[in-house]
Amino acid sequence: MQLISILLLVFPLLGFLTIGLFQRQMNRQLSGILASGVIFINLVLSSFLFRYITTSHQVLEVSLFDWIKFADISIPFALTIDRLSALMLMIVNGVGLLIHVYSIGYMKYDESVNRFFAYLNLFILFMLILVLGSDYLMLFIGWEGVGLSSYLLIGFWYKDHANNNAAKKAFIMNRIGDLGFLLGIFLLFSTFKTLSISEIAEIASLMPSGNITLTIITLFLFVGAMGKSAQIPLFTWLPDAMAGPTPVSALIHAATMVTAGIYLIARSGVLFVLSPLTMNIILVVGAVTALVGGLIAIYQNDIKKILAYSTVSQLGFLFMALGLGSFSGAMFHLTTHAFFKALLFLAAGSVIHALSGEQDIRKMGGLRSKIPFTFALMVVGTIAISGIPPFAGFFSKEVILTAAYEHGMAMGVFATFVSLLTTIYMFRLLFVVFFKPASKDFKPAHSVHESPKVMLYPMAILAILSIVAGFVQLPKLFSETQGFDNFLTPVFAKANGLQTVSEHALSVQTEWLILLIPMFIIALLVFYSYNRFVNSKELTPATGIQKVLADKFYFDDIYDFLIVKPIGFLSDFFRQTVDQSIINGFVNAVGNGTLFVGKRLRLLQTGNVGFYLVIMVFCVIAILFFNIIL
Amino acid sequence: MENSIAQLQVIPLQYYILFCSALFSIGVIGVLAKRNALVIFMSVELMLNSANLLLAAFSAYRNDPAGQIFVFFIMVVAAAEVAIGLALLVVVYRSTHSIDIYKLDRLKW
Amino acid sequence: MLSHYLFFFLSAVALISAMMVLLSKKPIHSVLYLTLTFFTLAGHYILLNAQFLAVVHIIVYAGAIMVLFLFTVMLLNLNIEGEFPKSTLMKFVSIIAGGMIFLVLIGTLKSFDVSTVGNPEMTQIGLVKNLGKILYSDYIMPFELSSILFLSAMVGAVMLGKKDKN
Repeated sequence: MQLISILLLVFPLLGFLTIGLFQRQMNRQLSGILASGVIFINLVLSSFLFRYITTSHQVLEVSLFDWIKFADISIPFALTIDRLSALMLMIVNGVGLLIHVYSIGYMKYDESVNRFFAYLNLFILFMLILVLGSDYLMLFIGWEGVGLSSYLLIGFWYKDHANNNAAKKAFIMNRIGDLGFLLGIFLLFSTFKTLSISEIAEIASLMPSGNITLTIITLFLFVGAMGKSAQIPLFTWLPDAMAGPTPVSALIHAATMVTAGIYLIARSGVLFVLSPLTMNIILVVGAVTALVGGLIAIYQNDIKKILAYSTVSQLGFLFMALGLGSFSGAMFHLTTHAFFKALLFLAAGSVIHALSGEQDIRKMGGLRSKIPFTFALMVVGTIAISGIPPFAGFFSKEVILTAAYEHGMAMGVFATFVSLLTTIYMFRLLFVVFFKPASKDFKPAHSVHESPKVMLYPMAILAILSIVAGFVQLPKLFSETQGFDNFLTPVFAKANGLQTVSEHALSVQTEWLILLIPMFIIALLVFYSYNRFVNSKELTPATGIQKVLADKFYFDDIYDFLIVKPIGFLSDFFRQTVDQSIINGFVNAVGNGTLFVGKRLRLLQTGNVGFYLVIMVFCVIAILFFNIIL
Repeated sequence: MENSIAQLQVIPLQYYILFCSALFSIGVIGVLAKRNALVIFMSVELMLNSANLLLAAFSAYRNDPAGQIFVFFIMVVAAAEVAIGLALLVVVYRSTHSIDIYKLDRLKW
Repeated sequence: MLSHYLFFFLSAVALISAMMVLLSKKPIHSVLYLTLTFFTLAGHYILLNAQFLAVVHIIVYAGAIMVLFLFTVMLLNLNIEGEFPKSTLMKFVSIIAGGMIFLVLIGTLKSFDVSTVGNPEMTQIGLVKNLGKILYSDYIMPFELSSILFLSAMVGAVMLGKKDKN
């Protein structure tokens, strides 16, 4: 079993090295098949592990080697596999495999497709390290690694500078979060003298709630999660990251990397539960992010940007769940979100592929008849994300909404409002792209054609998963079996045990109302959107408050003014004054000085032998003289 | 009686040191002051000989034959050196028709 | 006492003829004065009972090297000293340098331990037989190597002396 866990890391590494080192020589089809094959093997191994972990109720610890060992510090390179890791393994490898297969079709005509698959494998490797790590330092290695892969993949088409800027933006914002994470690790180490997650949980569970050190540690860890999972204020990189190829957006920025922050907090559940202040902050930040993301998404015109802001909003939603203490609820929604968000991104990629690169929805329309399969898949994804039963989104959102209502009525209503925003922007997307009659700007380069089967099959699998994945946990009204919760109970037992149980247990009537009223509102919204977007004329340009939303609340502009421009001035200053004048001047002065001395010394070479002899004799005299003296 | 008289009659080693140093410095003056390459050569021979004599003196006073062997080999080397040096002198004379060392000043700045 | 007088006499002659080497106007006179110096040095060697060295000194230096010098002077007609203008500065500097060398050498050598082991006139190591024994047993290697040295010197001299066939 332990060998299997090690193999999980070895295979993607081998895939990356093989494809990466032989980029130029490798056949283009071969690289895609090799990369997907590697992930397929990984998926098989993960399912073995999953079954083993589930049936044997054990936690697997695999220690590879002692990494840092001096004085009394010992940090081994070790993997921990419990139910949470096993779940994440299945998600990462499963969705990863589907996206690898999809990329074979999507990137077929791209000239550097080998590099793409190498980077994808690298990403999977680092994500697995992140998920399997048994101490915070290994997690951090994976954390940094996925940030790196994200940078490489966003800037994949590096010849266009806009892509490079987007990649830099993503990496730098990630870095800011990483700083917080690092500070958290330092504090963790100084407080607990160890970095192993399980040991820290043991020690921490004995501490009182509201401990200042724990609060500070968890705040730092949350800063790290903010950077990685695109919460306010570090979220502007995610929409820009859409500059990368669509499979990248699907894998990294929807299903896996952005969920790393949530995974981190879920893993450190004990620490967070003991810091109520941090939990509240998480709740507030998540709520604001969800709201802002949703509002911006309504007024975007690029199909991928709509999905990107949707991701921001859903991540905010997930953080709200964490802030409310519902760790398993967050994981449940994370799983279903991975499925349907990946599906939506892949379907959007299919639309873009069909229209030969067009991404602006104002130039689309009436595609329902032209690309029927993609349309069907998009419908499935839209229904799933909006939380309409019986698709998966409904069940996972229910868990979170229930937790919100248990916290307080206001919070519950707010959460419901946010999830209703999802309906608006997703159905807007659906109607404008597929139902509305084609606009006059509709000029695709080639004829509109359906995507090849290698792209459709993965999407179909994701669609099926989006439909059925919800049934593992029905709302408490209908059945008492809480499949997902039970699955993750051993992991979150400690954390849940330390939580203060909320006082507001809901009555049955309230629960039914909470279930049904949003359904009603959703139906109304769908009807209204249909009217508004399909039947009316062209989408009018936004004015007034709508303009603020459309311009993304001016976040980018504020950052540009406050941070980017001053740093630009500073680096210009350093370049001109410090580097060119001072340092260069110093180096040049040394050179010039040498030349000057050389010119003077050259005159000693008179060519006169007698002169040389005199000098020689005088030097001998000097040597002998000093010999006498000293 | 003969022994004590014999003892009194030994020439002190310092005399040899003085004499050889004087010879050596005369050789140095010759190397530095003269412009004729041949005379410079001869001054070098003078210096070599002063060293030879000093070595032989030390060897005799210490009863160590290594000094005299050393002198022998110095003579060997001096002989070879004179042969080559004079051949070089002839070559230089052929090209510049002068043995004034001040005329060989082309290797300058 | 005889050896003392002999020593002083030989030293005086050597020093005077050395100075005449430098002070003569014609190169041929310098050569002859140098030969005289060599003879006095051979006398010194005999004073030290270094018989083998004395004989070898005469044969090699006075007999070969000086003859070489004489040949060079006479064949190349280099007997024309008076044309070289002397610079006073060089003479001055060289005398100062020479004087300083003298003083420094004396000073350096004074600090050595000059205890004598035996009477220099009575030592037996200078005899041919004894020297030969040492030379051919302990120092056989340099001895053989010196033959190679001579070979290369001969070849070099001949090669340098040949006229180019232009």
